[in-house]
Amino acid sequence: MTVTKTDARVTAAGGGEPAAAGEPAGPARSERLTALVQQHGALAVLVVVSLVASFSFESFATGDNVGNMATSSAFLAIVALGMTFVIITGGIDLSVGSLFALGGVLAAWGSRHGTLVALLLPLVVCGAIGVVNGLLVARSRLAPFIVTLAAMLGARGLMLALTDEGADTYLIGKGSFLAELGQGTTFGIGNPVWITLALFVAGAVVLRRTRFGQHVYAVGGNEDAAALMGAPVARTKILVYTLSAVLAGLAGALNAAWLASGVTILGNGMELEAISAVVIGGTLLTGGLGYVSGSLVGVLLLKVIQNVINQIGSLDSSYQQVVSGAFLAVVVVAQTWLGRRRQLV
Amino acid sequence: MAPPAEVLAVRGLSKTFPGVRALDDVDLTLHPGEVHALIGENGAGKSTLIKLLTGVHRPDAGDIVFQGSAVSFATPLDAQKAGISTIYQEVNLIPLLSVARNLFLGREPRNRVGLLDFPRMHREAEETLRAYGVRVDVRRPLRTLGVGAQQMVALARAVASEARIVIMDEPTSSLEPREVETLFSVIRRLRDEGIAVIYVSHRLDELYAVCDTVTVLRDGRRVHHGRLAELDRLSLVSTMLGRELGEVRAEGLTKFTGDHHATDAQPVLEARDLTVPHQLHGVSVSIRPGEVVGLGGLLGSGRTETAKAISGALATSAGSVTVAGVPLRGGSTPAAIRAGISLLPEDRKSEGIVPGLSVRENISLAVLPRLSRFGLVSEARVDSIVDTFIERLRIKASSPQQKVGELSGGNQQKVLLARWLAMNPKVLLLDEPTRGIDVGAKAEVQKLVDELAADGLGVLLISSDLEELIEGSDRVVVLKDGAVVGELTGDEVTEDKLMRTIAGHAPARDTVEEAATDG
Amino acid sequence: MAEATVRSVPLDRARILQWLQTYGVYAGVALLLVVNIVITPHFLSAENFRTQAVQVAPVIIVALGMALVIGTEGVDLSVGAVMALAASVTALYLGYGLLPALLVVAVFAAGVGLANGALVAFVGVQPIVATLALMVGGRGLALVLLPQLEDLRNPALASLGSGDVLGVPYLILIATVLALLVAFVVRRTTFGRQLLAIGDSRPAAQLAGLPVRRVLIVVYVVCALLAAVAGVLATARLQASDPTSLGNLMELSAITAVVVGGTPLTGGRVNIAGTVAGAVLIQLLTATLIKHDLPPSWTQIAQAIVIVCAVYAARGRGKR
Repeated sequence: MTVTKTDARVTAAGGGEPAAAGEPAGPARSERLTALVQQHGALAVLVVVSLVASFSFESFATGDNVGNMATSSAFLAIVALGMTFVIITGGIDLSVGSLFALGGVLAAWGSRHGTLVALLLPLVVCGAIGVVNGLLVARSRLAPFIVTLAAMLGARGLMLALTDEGADTYLIGKGSFLAELGQGTTFGIGNPVWITLALFVAGAVVLRRTRFGQHVYAVGGNEDAAALMGAPVARTKILVYTLSAVLAGLAGALNAAWLASGVTILGNGMELEAISAVVIGGTLLTGGLGYVSGSLVGVLLLKVIQNVINQIGSLDSSYQQVVSGAFLAVVVVAQTWLGRRRQLV
Repeated sequence: MAPPAEVLAVRGLSKTFPGVRALDDVDLTLHPGEVHALIGENGAGKSTLIKLLTGVHRPDAGDIVFQGSAVSFATPLDAQKAGISTIYQEVNLIPLLSVARNLFLGREPRNRVGLLDFPRMHREAEETLRAYGVRVDVRRPLRTLGVGAQQMVALARAVASEARIVIMDEPTSSLEPREVETLFSVIRRLRDEGIAVIYVSHRLDELYAVCDTVTVLRDGRRVHHGRLAELDRLSLVSTMLGRELGEVRAEGLTKFTGDHHATDAQPVLEARDLTVPHQLHGVSVSIRPGEVVGLGGLLGSGRTETAKAISGALATSAGSVTVAGVPLRGGSTPAAIRAGISLLPEDRKSEGIVPGLSVRENISLAVLPRLSRFGLVSEARVDSIVDTFIERLRIKASSPQQKVGELSGGNQQKVLLARWLAMNPKVLLLDEPTRGIDVGAKAEVQKLVDELAADGLGVLLISSDLEELIEGSDRVVVLKDGAVVGELTGDEVTEDKLMRTIAGHAPARDTVEEAATDG
Repeated sequence: MAEATVRSVPLDRARILQWLQTYGVYAGVALLLVVNIVITPHFLSAENFRTQAVQVAPVIIVALGMALVIGTEGVDLSVGAVMALAASVTALYLGYGLLPALLVVAVFAAGVGLANGALVAFVGVQPIVATLALMVGGRGLALVLLPQLEDLRNPALASLGSGDVLGVPYLILIATVLALLVAFVVRRTTFGRQLLAIGDSRPAAQLAGLPVRRVLIVVYVVCALLAAVAGVLATARLQASDPTSLGNLMELSAITAVVVGGTPLTGGRVNIAGTVAGAVLIQLLTATLIKHDLPPSWTQIAQAIVIVCAVYAARGRGKR
């Protein structure tokens, strides 16, 4: 069940367009419109939902509520950032939820040995798992979903083993640098939010402005062609799985710092939320096309919807999942449909 | 003979794949600035030669001397880095990336901080592409360009990476005439810059328009090489197909008995004006019961596409198919099969057999619903049908339970024939039914085609084997570039006539008119 | 000479891999049985076997459907969610009697399967993603319908969960009957052969005129229905509806059972006996670790390793 790539064959598109001259006349406008919807559709929905919500609920557009939403979005956003890279290469990483929990536990456990250990330990351990994922996917050519599914199980097992089957909860001491990192604010905005923003800026620069970023797109766009064009396919894949795992571990560590403890029950289903956010943000699941900014918008959209559902007091929070699932289905169908229109499929 | 300045010298190259000698002792010499046509029918060894040159496969014997030193490329990337680039008919770039990024992938200009310098990249990309007649916004995704422009980008990329040899594998197969012109002017520019080009195409007009020299391969051997201008079209076609002009054959080598009793009955199949963008332009074919109609033409002339369009496997933009007077809903394979059309596809391995299933399951695959009650397979009826056909077609398998993937090509083909004959079809479309199967099985399949026609089936026969086509068919419809260019009937069904029609010589026109008046 | 030995090495390796793939799972089960008989006290008791079998029955039932889906070169991640949905719906409609409740469960499950199948067959979405959407949405819907654990007091349901015939619990009987039924469908029906052909070579199946879309949709519906059966049985055993945790990670267990049982992820082959053995293997492994006081975390790590090894072994043969 490998994720099959769309055929590299360029179907004889657009009929008799004067191609050597290069300007396909007719489809250009609808093409641009399709691209616009693909890239910014989620942002438009986010704006509309936020506006409606702020008119409908007094407590929605308050500083407190927005601040809370921002901070709680931060951790998912960091996970989604790594997932974006993986999905652009045409892969998928189901292990991030477990790595998130593992990262939190490791950070809390390590905080007893100093801030440096608390920060480095989750990154190193999760990174190592990511390297294994990458090697199995890139070198042994196993299907990404099954490899990362196994890693999800293994990482959760490791986390439970560390916490005496979830019975132990390690605490992070108040006033430590780590706690400050998670709980403190700078200019009135939570530190995790600043860190997330910085990571997204860095992620965008890496993806758009470095050769590695170009390789990520190339591998996802057409792996065989990328190899022929000299892109280091295996290395790129190993790197994205490692990056995804490291970011998941970091998000877990920050989350633990925020909560002041390594909570073992977190991260269940987080991989699904992250994938949903990435896809909603306009990244193609078949790879080759995607935006870091879109993933951020996707995360915010999910969190705003969650917040709105919470505001409607009569609704249970599980509606969130129904809405997410339905939303994901709609986006995927729309993507497939748009893609077919653009003759990607 | 060859001046020492040659850029590529291939000596005695051979390659054997399990069961096939794909390339046998082939030589090839290429000088800077030479445009060299490499031609041959399917299975002649062109693609094997290209794959050996570009490091996809490694030769069993022979040397490749590139720019004076013997080389052995491990991967296509190695070949490319050394200076041998290939432009495939399916553009091998990344459709979703922008034009500029495709052009520069792996050697993007960077600024002082080490980040990609997009303004410079876009500027340079635009300049580069202008020389190739491509004027586009280079920030657009590659796939929004026409195929021709995409190919130009691939070409520009190859040349920019300092290629000394550019291999073009059927570069014009999906180009518009105007785009072909642009491509030719680029090829001429490459020639002036001293870059050697190996040009693979089946379009004779193009070969004569742009190539200086030619190598003809047939059955893995080089059968001709020299200056193209010294070889006229008809000789080229006959060399390629391996037939002497006007050669009189006392006795056919195929197992076809020849005369079918094609009745004057209403056609069992009538396909009108089948049109598929870029592939078929209004192709019409009709077949009467008991008639074997051949589809002639070179590779890429639209033979396979015609068969697929008739059987609903290829969506048509215009045209109609009627079976025994009943119009068929287009684009639906099950509907075509129900109406009585059976297609033996050209690509037996990936579109015909289901390799993991047994002989028994493959034979009964299509007819299964008819052998079942309430979805429950009647094993007895399956066995009886399978046994009947294994015996009738003399299918050699260790048991009906053997996996089809393990059989020889000939037996696989017989299994597919059995699958369709079990359906009692009215029309059988045979796309290269004897390609890649051994002599004995070939004769058996040919004999079978004869018998089936004698039983009243309408047969459409596609074959690159001229002898098979001529001796097997009552009538031959000749295709070229996706359109019918002639029809041979009665005494005209000869290799000579067919080759002239394909080569587009004057007699072909007569044939068209004759056929029209005959009709 | 040297050449001959060099050549024979990979051949032997291929043969060993092949053997492992076909019989490895049975050898594993046998090995675990022997090890347990030797080292685990009271292992050889009817009671113990009964407990193990009752525990593994729902996994087997879900894995049967998963095997069919994987046979078409797909995967269904929504099975756990369907189990939860079945639990909620059972709780909601049990008031009308067991049978009506089961009918409503079937309708819900068929709906999920239909949605999965339509997304895969008609829209052309990759199976992972299509079923992922239903996995998230399905679990949410289950929780919306029944927000928390609810004890069920229905004698019919209770007897379904804990009753037996001649000492054999209903759960085991149902799982056995379903396994035989699915094996029969795969071997003896038009549908079964069409399914395998589609999984082996979609283009060839299409050109042979097979109803590819219909078969795909039916496969996903059947998989969802089987998951629903497992959900109802698990609920009956618990005597409580627990949509929060019922079926969690079930997709993983089912996929593991199928893959360990020798059904390749690349489609075209379905090994029902192997799938059952695969589920049993994982169950025995878990039981062994637990009986020797190794924590559940070890089980998860062990299971992860088993999956990777099984997939790695299957890789070589993969697609032809």
